[in-house]
Amino acid sequence: MAAVIPDHLHDHHHGPTGLMRWITTTNHKDIGTMYMIFSFIMFLSGGVMALTIRAELFQPGLQVVQPEFFNQLTSMHGLVMVFGAIMPAFVGFANWQIPLMIGASDMAFARMNNWSFWLLPPAALLLLGSFFVPGGAMAAGWTMYAPLSVQMGMGMDMAIFAVHIMGISSIMGAINIVVTVLNMRAPGMTMMKMPLFCWTWLITAYLLIAVMPVLAGAVTMVLTDRHFGTSFFNAAGGGDPVLYQHVFWFFGHPEVYIMILPAFGIISEIIPTFARKPLFGYASMVYATASIAILSFTVWAHHMFTTGMPAVGQLFFMYATMLIAVPTGVKVFNWVATMWRGSMTFETPMLWATGFIFVFTIGGFTGLICAIAPIDIQLQDTYYVVAHFHYVLVAGSLFALFAGAYYWLPKWTGHMADERLGKIHFWCSMVFFNITFFPMHFLGLAGMPRRIPDYALQFADFNALATIGAFGFGFSQLIFIVVVIKCVKGGEKAAARSWEGAQGLEWTVPSPAPHHTFEVPPVVK
Amino acid sequence: MSSVARTGLAILAAASASSVMAESSVNLQQPVTQIATEIYDMHTLMLVICLVIFIAVFGVMFWSMFAHRKSKGAVAAHFHENTTVEIVWTVIPVLILLGMAYPATKTVIAMKDTSNPDITIKATGYQWKWGYDYLKGEGEGVKLISNLSTPRDQLDGREAKGDNYLLEVDQPMVVPVGKKIRILTTANDVIHAWWVPALGVKQDAIPGFIRDTWFRADKEGVFRGNCAELCGKDHGFMPIEVHVVSEEKYAAWVAERKGMQAATAEDPNKVWDLAELKTRGEQVFAANCAACHQADGKGLPPAFPALDGSAVVQGPKMAQIETVLKGREGTAMAAFGKQLSDTELAAVITYTRNAWGNHTGEVIQPAEIAAAR
Repeated sequence: MAAVIPDHLHDHHHGPTGLMRWITTTNHKDIGTMYMIFSFIMFLSGGVMALTIRAELFQPGLQVVQPEFFNQLTSMHGLVMVFGAIMPAFVGFANWQIPLMIGASDMAFARMNNWSFWLLPPAALLLLGSFFVPGGAMAAGWTMYAPLSVQMGMGMDMAIFAVHIMGISSIMGAINIVVTVLNMRAPGMTMMKMPLFCWTWLITAYLLIAVMPVLAGAVTMVLTDRHFGTSFFNAAGGGDPVLYQHVFWFFGHPEVYIMILPAFGIISEIIPTFARKPLFGYASMVYATASIAILSFTVWAHHMFTTGMPAVGQLFFMYATMLIAVPTGVKVFNWVATMWRGSMTFETPMLWATGFIFVFTIGGFTGLICAIAPIDIQLQDTYYVVAHFHYVLVAGSLFALFAGAYYWLPKWTGHMADERLGKIHFWCSMVFFNITFFPMHFLGLAGMPRRIPDYALQFADFNALATIGAFGFGFSQLIFIVVVIKCVKGGEKAAARSWEGAQGLEWTVPSPAPHHTFEVPPVVK
Repeated sequence: MSSVARTGLAILAAASASSVMAESSVNLQQPVTQIATEIYDMHTLMLVICLVIFIAVFGVMFWSMFAHRKSKGAVAAHFHENTTVEIVWTVIPVLILLGMAYPATKTVIAMKDTSNPDITIKATGYQWKWGYDYLKGEGEGVKLISNLSTPRDQLDGREAKGDNYLLEVDQPMVVPVGKKIRILTTANDVIHAWWVPALGVKQDAIPGFIRDTWFRADKEGVFRGNCAELCGKDHGFMPIEVHVVSEEKYAAWVAERKGMQAATAEDPNKVWDLAELKTRGEQVFAANCAACHQADGKGLPPAFPALDGSAVVQGPKMAQIETVLKGREGTAMAAFGKQLSDTELAAVITYTRNAWGNHTGEVIQPAEIAAAR
């Protein structure tokens, strides 16, 4: 099967060259690459904001930045990382991998694919540019709660438009993925034979289509409250500030699964490869993913236990949230069962994947603790929550992205990545990540609120430790740049099947994957 | 006793002493109400259950990582499903969750029971301070505004930081021990949250709405907390300090507050001269306006405009009175009409019109404020 695929790497001469090639490209591999480069740039920008925040929090007192600017940094760090780094990175993976994994020649809507990427840079310019307008960037938190967001300067309007644009981009990307997965699978590739990464992305794409318009609605209402005299969130005009939170979290909770389900997919590809054993419980993985997605629409108000819901409301959202632990647990058990009695090796991707399971599960447990409404009332808006969501978003989503990048880099570049540097990158990230975020659990329990530029003296030691960890973590990510550049430039030639235990159609095409693949659909037995 | 045993004991004693010390900084604060105790114990229980599961699951994973390595000659098995196992590890977590949900449900219902309070206090969040109105029960009629009392020099490192850095206020809330206190929360501008960890209470304060919560402190003492909802620039600087005192001390405090309130109740018809109003106004300005507009009147433009040289401040007085009374929609300028008395408003407006580079020479009398309301 592999032998009949023609090498089209060098037949690109009919298209534009140079910069225009990238602006006009409709090739899923080019677009996937651009998504990933874009997301890494945003990751570094958000990282600089994070380090400035940590520098200010190194010691009690105000040293580095003033409170207004501090709030701008925390708000923009959140928006940039969520919408600029994590989400586009996963879309980049989807672009590169889904057609390769299902045996399609490209994404279903190639031109729309180009447009959904090229919407992102203007959105990023609006977001980052807002630091330089009068009043600075918006400082109402990434959640942009009204009425605080109604008070902001024009930075808020720029953030709203950026969110609109990124939302349109996400919806178009999601439609593309749904149509590609449903219609362009190779003959014989039934739904239940599809790699789990495609399944998790299919479900994620439905989540995106369902909730991005909800977010657009919420921020549009903020916009009209700000400028056109409406009172959606103003009690004096018959509105309700809490309405904003309901609408926002109806988007916001599925959003956290949008950022983790594709990560589950990546991990479910990597573990079987390096255990040299098929994924345990494939069908239950699919069902667990779908259950998580459906449940994610019923739990939003667990972000709002302190707003003063009636007891029945609190209980409903508490039970629904606790229920999510069941399918999530099933996934972890399945991964461990896949490893059990395998024949394991620990190349860099596998290190990241096992690291992911270990640290993500800690985030899962703290999530369960936060689900218990009375405990959450103590922990809401403290550093415990900051620790929790960084365990699932950094140790979860980001570690899975690195695992995936190391796993597929040979396919993308044609060279094996530097194992030694990759392992150093992993161990530095793992150690510094925990130094940064583990103490935050203690800070939150002891009563340190989040989003404050200065704190009481009993929090000083752990904050100093977290700052040291954060700088270590931040600088460790530079190793990744070195690895990728080295890998693009040269290194050990990668075989078509770059890893001994790798299964799946993407490993049947040469490495690097030629510009056009599967022009003749492969047949899956 | 052998020296080894003695050394061992000493280490044990040191370890337990340090664990006592560490308790306050790595775990929830020592609870002083029934609810806070239930939360504390529930958290401990959850932590233990999670740890047991964690050790079991990762025990298996790490054992597997150790034993089932290719380098050790492990040959991969081929199994990839087992319905029995999959049902077991779905059902057991459900049972564990039910066990967790039961105590949590009881506590949720108890937390929501705000009926039959002994004292009802309204806590109003302002950008960036708390106002307390004792509405019902002993102390009815007491009003106070609670501002951060940590000096600015401590924030900027020009002065050593005190023990209660950022957790101290000028006028704390005072409540009697053992009484059921119902807290009504609301806000004047944006959402705040009233949070005192040791009391097990956190309730958002939402502008235009009233929410409630309650506590009954079993112990006297000073308990400190913070605003827990991002509310703008000085969100980190609006602490909460609750003094739980004996009934006698509480009665004495109420009498003292009422006496002070009667003494400071000013005659609204008094006619003031410029110097008097400016002195008074400077105090009001420092407590209410300087956080944004700055003591030198230069503000922090563009979010917080300068008053020094401002067209509004130097323009017709009615426009300025209107702005201060009613706030300005869509900006951080709050409505001070309900927070400050006619005299305080007259003083602060007069002050701004005659301070720094502003020399209107105008005197605004309390009666003019009353008329503008």
